[in-house]
Amino acid sequence: MALLEVKNAGIQFGGLKAVSGFNMRLNQGELAGLIGPNGAGKTTSFNLLTGVYVPTEGEILFNGKRLNGLPPYKVTQSGISRTFQNIRLFSELSVLDNVKVAYHSLAKNSILSSIFRLPSHFSEEKNMEEKALEFLKIFNLERFKDEKAKNLPYGQQRRLEIARALAAGPKLLLLDEPAAGMNPQETHELMELIAFIREQFDLTILLIEHDMQLVMGICERIYVLDHGQLIAEGTPEEIRSHPKVIEAYLGEEVSNEHA
Amino acid sequence: MKKSKSFWAFLILAAVVYVVVQFFIGSGLINIYYSNLLITIAINIILAVSLHLVIGITGQFSIGHAGFLAVGAYISAIATMKLELPFILAVVIGGVIAALAGLIVGIPTLRLRGDYLAIATLGFAEIIRIALFNIDYVGGAAGMQVSHLTTWTVTFVCLVITILVITNFTNSRHGRACIAVRENEIAADAMGINTTFYKVLAFAIGSFFAGIAGGLFSHNFYIIQPGNFGFLKSFDILIFVVLGGLGSLTGSVISAILLTVISAFLAQYPETRMIIYSLVLVIVMLYRPQGLMGTREVTDLFKWKPAKGGN
Repeated sequence: MALLEVKNAGIQFGGLKAVSGFNMRLNQGELAGLIGPNGAGKTTSFNLLTGVYVPTEGEILFNGKRLNGLPPYKVTQSGISRTFQNIRLFSELSVLDNVKVAYHSLAKNSILSSIFRLPSHFSEEKNMEEKALEFLKIFNLERFKDEKAKNLPYGQQRRLEIARALAAGPKLLLLDEPAAGMNPQETHELMELIAFIREQFDLTILLIEHDMQLVMGICERIYVLDHGQLIAEGTPEEIRSHPKVIEAYLGEEVSNEHA
Repeated sequence: MKKSKSFWAFLILAAVVYVVVQFFIGSGLINIYYSNLLITIAINIILAVSLHLVIGITGQFSIGHAGFLAVGAYISAIATMKLELPFILAVVIGGVIAALAGLIVGIPTLRLRGDYLAIATLGFAEIIRIALFNIDYVGGAAGMQVSHLTTWTVTFVCLVITILVITNFTNSRHGRACIAVRENEIAADAMGINTTFYKVLAFAIGSFFAGIAGGLFSHNFYIIQPGNFGFLKSFDILIFVVLGGLGSLTGSVISAILLTVISAFLAQYPETRMIIYSLVLVIVMLYRPQGLMGTREVTDLFKWKPAKGGN
């Protein structure tokens, strides 16, 4: 059974169909890419998957469970976690606390146990701290743990966002342009990191990316969106030579010669 | 370990302050005017700290805190004067009803993102005030006679409990969830935090303590009138929080003390009082736009030193 199954999903804002007829099947452990020109609806699809938008058509099944209409926090609790295109860290919180926040829904102590400082508060906090440090270690962010998130260099902020998403304990990780603004060296490190966490945490990953080297290098399967429609799907080799993809990116054949 | 150290430090400090003040009051070294001022300061700190949880920690802008103060004040006054319940019980009932009022205002408005809470709380406070004007059972515009039951001891115990509860809440995963909502609501949602729940929770806790402050407030004078709980009262509380630094509990405590003292001394010069008071605010905002403490706490000042020495 597929981990994630999207059947004909779509969303309409007023008269505008931002995404329509979106189909996708991700199997456990797969690493897939979602590409497309600007404004194709990639981030909108992520927002559909994570509950930020409620699909106006179709169905999204995760682990056989229907996700339509679930609020984002419930989607996350059921095992889908994400990063954002424009980094959304908790900037005034320390790096460590950013990760702890994500671990929040996995902890169990009640509000009263925190207010009265019962033993369960201390044990959960300690557990949370250890787990968060583990994640920071994997991402090489330990040395920044007490720094405010907003003071981190850009590349590290991106890494922290992925660390935070992982701390929420996902089965499916959605990465929205993880390499945006990174230099080739950082992108290369990121590719290795993605491959590593996928093994380590037994993850299924779907990523949006414009950096073709990254997408072609690590994705096993690629989905191409244009104007809110899925225009192609296949292995990197298939996508590279797919006529519709070339048309979407480079225009019709005349301009192909210029390229 | 650090947490428990600062916890004991706080309790010892609280005990010292209490014993010293109690000694002064008991020995007659300070007169009734000053002991009353001390009670007012403590009540204002409770108000400031309770609003700090809503605005400073959770980032929800509430500008009708006096509404919850009024609910607590009148409910507890009714409990003692009409129902003849014990004072402490009356104060707690005032807090609980204020928290319920907070839920009624908070649940519909806090489900939305944005500044709806500000509008709703502003409206709520005005509705409460105008309703009180027109309810003869509580004396209408003339006000309600209340016995003087608030003592320094009770007020101080309430203050300590308020600070402890709010600090413990803030320094836990639940408090972090609230801060995450303040920092980035969309990201908090995406990290599995039920943002509506935590906004409503923080708001209800804030309202509860505002209600407690109301009970202490109403029994500290011999009369309460709806006019005491107007728009300006809400703004006084808001100013404590903003001036102290949004997100800093100790900041709101310090500014509540400072501003209460300043306005008490300026009471001797009624003509210039508001001018000087506003000037103080303007000057602080010009030179410390982030508030007196920024987002830092007094305890952070002590933490810095060993960190620097270690390097």
